Amino acid sequence: MNFLERLIGPRKTDAPSELWEKCPSCGAVLISKDLARALYICSKCDQHLRMPIWDRIALLTDGASFVEADQDIESVDPLGFIDTAPYPDRLKKAFKKTDAFDAVICGEGRLDGRPVLLGVMDFEFMGGSMGSVVGEKITRLLERAAATRLPAIVVSASGGARMQEGIFSLMQMAKTSAAVARMNAAKVPYVSILTDPTTGGVSASFASLGDVNIAEPGALIGFAGPRVIEQTIRQKLPDGFQRSEFLLSHGMVDMVVHRRSLKQTLARLFTMILGPLEAPHAP
Amino acid sequence: MPHEFEFERPVLELETQLKGLQSISEENKIDLSREINALAEKVTLLKTDIFRGLEPWQVTQVARHIDRPSTLDYIRLLCGEEFIELHGDRLFGDDPAIIGGPALIGGHRVMVIGHQKGHDTDENLFRNFGMPHPEGYRKSLRLMRMAERFGLPIVVFIDTPGAFPGIGAEERGQSEAIARNLAEMSQIAVPILCFVIGEGGSGGALALGVGDRVFMLEYAVYSVISAEGCAAILWKDAAKAKEAATALKIRAANLLDLGIIDGILPEPMGGAHRDHAAMAETVRRMIDGHLPALLAIPRAELLEKRYAKFRAMGQFRIAQDVADD
Repeated sequence: MNFLERLIGPRKTDAPSELWEKCPSCGAVLISKDLARALYICSKCDQHLRMPIWDRIALLTDGASFVEADQDIESVDPLGFIDTAPYPDRLKKAFKKTDAFDAVICGEGRLDGRPVLLGVMDFEFMGGSMGSVVGEKITRLLERAAATRLPAIVVSASGGARMQEGIFSLMQMAKTSAAVARMNAAKVPYVSILTDPTTGGVSASFASLGDVNIAEPGALIGFAGPRVIEQTIRQKLPDGFQRSEFLLSHGMVDMVVHRRSLKQTLARLFTMILGPLEAPHAP
Repeated sequence: MPHEFEFERPVLELETQLKGLQSISEENKIDLSREINALAEKVTLLKTDIFRGLEPWQVTQVARHIDRPSTLDYIRLLCGEEFIELHGDRLFGDDPAIIGGPALIGGHRVMVIGHQKGHDTDENLFRNFGMPHPEGYRKSLRLMRMAERFGLPIVVFIDTPGAFPGIGAEERGQSEAIARNLAEMSQIAVPILCFVIGEGGSGGALALGVGDRVFMLEYAVYSVISAEGCAAILWKDAAKAKEAATALKIRAANLLDLGIIDGILPEPMGGAHRDHAAMAETVRRMIDGHLPALLAIPRAELLEKRYAKFRAMGQFRIAQDVADD
């Protein structure tokens, strides 16, 4: 058992799920058990809802090929931070809610047969915020990619830096971005997939630095949150502002790709850039 | 008359008395030197006391003081005429919230880059209160690359509430501009010396802050989010900024303890705004003291060390027995 389990008991394996939820875009009632099969896309309006990370990993990797790495890195409370609740309590709560240690899962898997390194951020864990653990895991993933020459994919979903870790969370922006620079220097491809929402310190670091940036349809992507902007400039923001399609038309992402085509798009992209997959060596 | 802080009021009252005594002494040609000296000493003691006991939120106010020396003040005091401001990012425009250009500081040919705030409302409107747009960061990157080309070490002055949250900034890729700076700055093959001179506001500050040495002035602050912003999000009450300022550990002394910065520059009595020249002199001595050593490091080693410096930032633990799962 790790320290969190000692504090709160073993992880739940059969978390009760809600029976239905409402599409945040069109209000359609969506049956929860159908949602997973529909890749968390609204059957009425095609809105891409947030996708649980393990479903995302299953979507992008072949069969059971994904092997998690660095799953043993846990957050600490470097500042002794207390707002309306102590930070360790918030971590415990997030751990209970998500069954994950922190806001990103990293590992290696196969994508249409090609070995890739994959990191997926979990918005359910404290808003996908980046503290020391997220920064470290992303950095290790990118460093491993540079060392092994396997392409890296990071799926972002984050409100930004984790305020409870103060300056440490800010510095993760420098750390992860420097790791991207090393991947670039090593000439190993890095694809950033921006999902709803990707803002703040994550958007202003590794998530914007892909050789190829891909956004999911309708995702909120930006530096500042829309509310902060509205309060600053005291005017209403135009429709579609900071949505994927807005970023595409402003040159910030290479394409907006439907979730159903995402894996195939990545496979084609790697084939184009790296050449077709070599036949596996005989054992 | 410099703008005053509430917490300085007792000092200011004494200072007024002191001035009164001095003018009485002069006008009436009476020798009051004993009284004057005693009072002056009292003022100094009180000031020292007050500034030693400042709360993080009060330090934030000092860091934001409108008369606090800005990048251009340091350039004027350190370089005199030996500075040529360069403009524009060659992509969209010129951002007055970030300035830069080649300069001569104490015999060193350098590239100076810094956020620029104003000292009054007009100037602040022009400078956008030191809150850059993407073109500011892209200009700074252009200048850093130029510095690398010509072997000029880079001196950076950091002083911003943060990158500007606005429509144009988002349209032109504020996130990408900051991220690109972070990535590229980690690989610029000349020494980079950073000074947080006032506000180190989040990613907008860090975007100029990936240096080989990062120093902070005694009453500067450096933070992942403004105290007000943090209070609004975590406490749901912007009035809790005082609490947030304390919790975030934003003072130079905190950041030195946490291993984020490399040193602290003591400020003149009452804060840098009280004596620009003395503050600039301290900055000049730091540049003099650190540049030669940094210039002597082979470039590949310099970059390796810079990477390792930021690579090591962060605190976490490895679960001992996760294998039991």
